[in-house]
Amino acid sequence: MVALAETEASSLGIREIRKSFPLPDDPLLRRPVLDGISFSLAAGELVSLIGPSGCGKSTLLRLIAGLESPDSGELLIGSEKITQPGAERGLVFQDPNLFPWLTVRRNIQAGLVASGVLREKHHEVDDFMRLVGLETFADAYPHHLSGGMAQRVALARALINHPKVLLLDEPLGALDAFTRMRMQDEVLRLWRARGTTMLLVTHDIDEAIYMSDRIMIMSPRPGRIERIISVALDRPRQRSSPDFLRLRGDILEFVHFAGNAPMENKS
Amino acid sequence: MRPEKHNSRRAISPPKSTPQLPSATTHPNVDAIQRVDRGSELGWRAQLAVPLAALVALAIHLLFSKRAPAVETHSYTLFFYEILGVSAVLSIAQGFWMPLRSWMRHMFPILTAAILLLGLWDIVTFGFQLLPMPYFPGPAAVLRSLINDRVLLLDSTWHSLALLLSGYTVGVLVGLISGVCIGWSTPVRYWGMPLLKVVGPIPATAWIPLAMVVSPSAIVSAAGLIALAVWFPVTMLTASGISNTRASYLDVARTLGAGRAYLIFRVAIPAAVPSIFIGLFMGLGASFLTLVVAESVGVKSGLGWYVSWAQGWAEYGKVYAALIIMAAFFSTIMTLLFKVRDRVLVWQKGVIKW
Ligand SMILES: Nc1ncnc2c1ncn2[C@@H]1O[C@H](COP(=O)(O)OP(=O)(O)OP(=O)(O)O)[C@@H](O)[C@H]1O
Ligand SMILES: [Mg+2]
Repeated sequence: MVALAETEASSLGIREIRKSFPLPDDPLLRRPVLDGISFSLAAGELVSLIGPSGCGKSTLLRLIAGLESPDSGELLIGSEKITQPGAERGLVFQDPNLFPWLTVRRNIQAGLVASGVLREKHHEVDDFMRLVGLETFADAYPHHLSGGMAQRVALARALINHPKVLLLDEPLGALDAFTRMRMQDEVLRLWRARGTTMLLVTHDIDEAIYMSDRIMIMSPRPGRIERIISVALDRPRQRSSPDFLRLRGDILEFVHFAGNAPMENKS
Repeated sequence: MRPEKHNSRRAISPPKSTPQLPSATTHPNVDAIQRVDRGSELGWRAQLAVPLAALVALAIHLLFSKRAPAVETHSYTLFFYEILGVSAVLSIAQGFWMPLRSWMRHMFPILTAAILLLGLWDIVTFGFQLLPMPYFPGPAAVLRSLINDRVLLLDSTWHSLALLLSGYTVGVLVGLISGVCIGWSTPVRYWGMPLLKVVGPIPATAWIPLAMVVSPSAIVSAAGLIALAVWFPVTMLTASGISNTRASYLDVARTLGAGRAYLIFRVAIPAAVPSIFIGLFMGLGASFLTLVVAESVGVKSGLGWYVSWAQGWAEYGKVYAALIIMAAFFSTIMTLLFKVRDRVLVWQKGVIKW
């Protein structure tokens, strides 16, 4: 278990977050989506979040990004309260959401333009384009890209601001198996090189085990953190090692019975 | 040449030990880009149709022109010799100049039809006088008016252009500003939208009586009316484009640390550009209408004024001459706007086709 470093500016603290949305047919009734979510991410930790579709994973990331505000509870980055979006918290959305009117290069450098540092950091754009393997497509428009390519551009776009906390909403979901494994390694390398705190939403249990320090499993309706599992495997991890497979089996079993499993104490 | 779609699958690289940003495998660009030749073979139809049509139309004209005094038909005959000459040159040049060949393959049916239509017009009016004179002069008479009155026509075109551009520019600028404000800001939309919905649909020409009283000069009031006619559609479509900006684009920009200026000028406005262009085209159409009406009512210059002036003297040759100039003038401006749009909306290529 990684020790919590509250003093570090890139740690995340989530305290008793509740969030509900109005029902589409009756705006006066609200359906709870997140029901008392609490957890902490130490600075530089990589934590995965898995859970069934519709349990509120994207909503949680949007709250941390500052795009939504919680009904109650507290969101902290370092010791500061999160009230609005900021460049220190990057978010890779579930859909690439590239700006269709900008070329690949301009999409990637959008973050630099938005924070007004394009002139000083211009050279980094090429680095990031190489990172995601799209240097030959620098001047192509998004409608010429395949889904996986678009997702890689979105990843580079979120990385360019060097966020302290990176929120990843199934960023590798659209990639083929080979590119996916390569990108997992690239993300891990960035994570180690920068010490970025990362929260990764994924549907892929192998990916969660391969990448993260801890895995949080959510239950649906309303969303709760059901269980937090520490992954105490040495890096780089072997996807076929017995420990890996045992953990995988445990998680699969837990997820399978999550609906009627008793609440486990959070680690 | 735009890069072709690319297979994103490639070999997994062993982890490198670069300390800084690690780079992906530099993949060789093995895309096989193929050139497709179109319209390479020489079609005899494309070569012969246009000169033949010109020959037919010329023969028709020469047949009838024996009865008329030579001065009236001379320039038209000359004009047709020129067409014949040019089309002959074109059909020969096709033999060895590729771009021209594919252009002609595309254009020859319409060129042929246009020339034959001239011949038909000649038959119906000048030849058998099937339509009442003097309202329907033949092509030769129209061409003669065009040539004889070229100085005044050119001057009128120039005045129309100046008036149109000044009114259109003002209307577009004001429309863009008000459209962005209404589309972006909720309080401005609350107060601005009802005003826009009530005042906007009134045709600009309906304000002519008021405009004449209010403004010191007819030119200024005409420019104001054109601006008003343009302002409404531009505002409406800019506002709708801005307020329909996909929320996810704004969310992305916010997580990248964008401030309000970035959100408006680099997200909402670019996202609204396709809609804005629809407004620009609608505004252009409205501005042509308002221009011609304003010129024939109050302003003492321009093509609209020329038409009503020539009509007053029952010189219908001149009326048609002015209409031809108008058609060329307006469609040129329209084409220019299309070109601008295609340039600005390259990122959308393949999405819109209008
Ligand atoms: N803006 C909104 N208005 C109303 N309901 C919403 C809104 N956003 C999300 N929801 C609801 O909240 C629930 C959780 O949505 P969320 O997108 O967070 O799920 P998720 O865990 O990310 O699912 P998936 O794995 O499919 O992406 C869903 O039932 C959804 O209908
Ligand atoms: Mg989601």
